[in-house]
Amino acid sequence: MEESFDAIIVGGGLSGLAAAYTLAAAGKSALVIERGDYCGAKNVTGGRMYLPPIRGLFPEIWDKAPLERAIVHEELCMISATGSMLMRYSNEAVAKEPYESYTVLRANFDRFFAKRAERKGAQIITKAKVENLCFEGDRIKGVVVGGEKLYANVVIICDGALSLIAEKAGLRKPGNKKDFAVGIKELIELDEERVNERFNVVDGQGAARLFMGDITRGKFGGGFIYANKGSVSLGLVLGIADLMDLEPAVAAPDLLDAFKKRSEVASIIKGGQTVEYSAHVIPEGGYKKLSAFSGNGVLVCGDAAGLALNAGITVRGMEYAMASGYYAAQAVIKAAESNFFTAEGLKCYDRMLDESFIIKDHLTYKGTPHALENHRLYTYYPEFVTNLLGNLYSMPEGPKQRAVQSVKKAVTPGVIWNILRKDLGGLSKL
Amino acid sequence: MSVESTALGLAAKLGLNVFKEGESFHIRINPGQEGNALLKKVISVCPSALYTINDNGEVNLCEDGCLECGTCRIALGIEVIDWQYPEGGTGVQYRFG
Ligand SMILES: Cc1cc2nc3c(=O)[nH]c(=O)nc-3n(C[C@H](O)[C@H](O)[C@H](O)COP(=O)(O)OP(=O)(O)OC[C@H]3O[C@@H](n4cnc5c(N)ncnc54)[C@H](O)[C@@H]3O)c2cc1C
Ligand code: SF4
Repeated sequence: MEESFDAIIVGGGLSGLAAAYTLAAAGKSALVIERGDYCGAKNVTGGRMYLPPIRGLFPEIWDKAPLERAIVHEELCMISATGSMLMRYSNEAVAKEPYESYTVLRANFDRFFAKRAERKGAQIITKAKVENLCFEGDRIKGVVVGGEKLYANVVIICDGALSLIAEKAGLRKPGNKKDFAVGIKELIELDEERVNERFNVVDGQGAARLFMGDITRGKFGGGFIYANKGSVSLGLVLGIADLMDLEPAVAAPDLLDAFKKRSEVASIIKGGQTVEYSAHVIPEGGYKKLSAFSGNGVLVCGDAAGLALNAGITVRGMEYAMASGYYAAQAVIKAAESNFFTAEGLKCYDRMLDESFIIKDHLTYKGTPHALENHRLYTYYPEFVTNLLGNLYSMPEGPKQRAVQSVKKAVTPGVIWNILRKDLGGLSKL
Repeated sequence: MSVESTALGLAAKLGLNVFKEGESFHIRINPGQEGNALLKKVISVCPSALYTINDNGEVNLCEDGCLECGTCRIALGIEVIDWQYPEGGTGVQYRFG
């Protein structure tokens, strides 16, 4: 039987499009099957993409890519029940071209990337769902779409965090609630001028403001606001297991509304208009929960392989998705040299991932998921910091304590002992 | 349509999204699992609040406004629900993402 495609790619998100783009650019036939009306129609992200690790992999796309704003302020807001502390880091030395990171909106970015892949010669079918895989013995030979079989030398599975197709391939098991978070988000339109004023930036530049503490009721997770051109992306990331165990139960949509009502947040979005509400699961199990990357006639990329990473309070997945798609394409190109698409022939993909920033980063942050389970991060520390600052800044009727006395009062030997014993080991993994 | 962001309920938020109707709903509570205690715990995690308790104390799943986020599949597991993606070209279609 004549194979119809060099590769069929399940899912036209960032990883799938990266694979298709790279294959097509090398003259290989690549077919992407995407269930959404267009690429980007089913995709949710918080919003921040780092370019340094991926710029060179797709050198031609960046000058026209729909990037929203370059991030020049890093902001972290620790929130207790009633108070908060905001830290801002910025540095003139890096706040210039080439910028490190940008905010993006996936419906725009993925659609653009799909066009670029098509221009290279990739074929993309939208509004079509891959229902199953075709096997010949234990070799994966193709996919089933609308009851029809389509064949390829290699099937590249890029179907995102749930990855039902990788389950069918026998490369992973259904996810465990401890290893996944859910992200819920609103896209809030706010005119450019107001975005500039509220984040203290000029046109084209933006900020990432992350929140931790009481907004997740002391549970695993955090909040984010990213500045886009004429909008902000606002949302919460919540550990699913923790959220299910919250006592008393609070519904996720209510947590999001409570977050928006905090004065620290309300002042940013005032006058803005919500235009979309979205949600998606995020793999957060880290290195130990990665799936198999390759099998007989098959490769897995991006979230489908569990490659998103919670490095402290930021989620990173987009660069890993794009880079793993790129390496999957390289593996297909290499395997084609010897026409050897078995598990052994495709094992070069695992090696490429190991040698890249992708697995190196995952190894660096190997202990992070565990460290982030320390609930004191979301309860004790935000309370502690805001209490300490409250003491420092408040003015009593009587005589005011010296600053050092306020600090002494807050930082007792018990506190130091707890920090050393309970937290420092874990915090060093962030 | 758009609404001042600070005063917006869940139904209004879902009303802002583009949904395309499909032939049948893509999530089902497996027969015999209707009384599974986990179902009560999923009520608070669904971003669209589609799981609700009826007068008989059973958990019902409503079909309108599913974001296909996958949270309930992870929370409940495949023994409790049958979770598939909807047919291609149906369901939520994000304009921003
Ligand atoms: C709220 C939130 C905030 C985040 N914040 C950030 C951030 O700031 N920075 C960052 O780098 N990452 C972030 N991430 C993670 C990042 O969005 C993901 O890691 C990334 O989208 C993964 O890309 P992917 O191509 O692997 O999967 P996806 O983008 O999920 O693409 C999978 C595609 O496959 C399609 N598909 C699935 N099944 C089928 C099928 N059977 N047939 C056909 N098509 C199918 C889907 O429609 C979809 O288009 C965030 C995620 C969320 C949810
Ligand atoms: S997939 Fe998400 S939105 Fe749909 S029912 Fe499950 S939890 Fe709710």
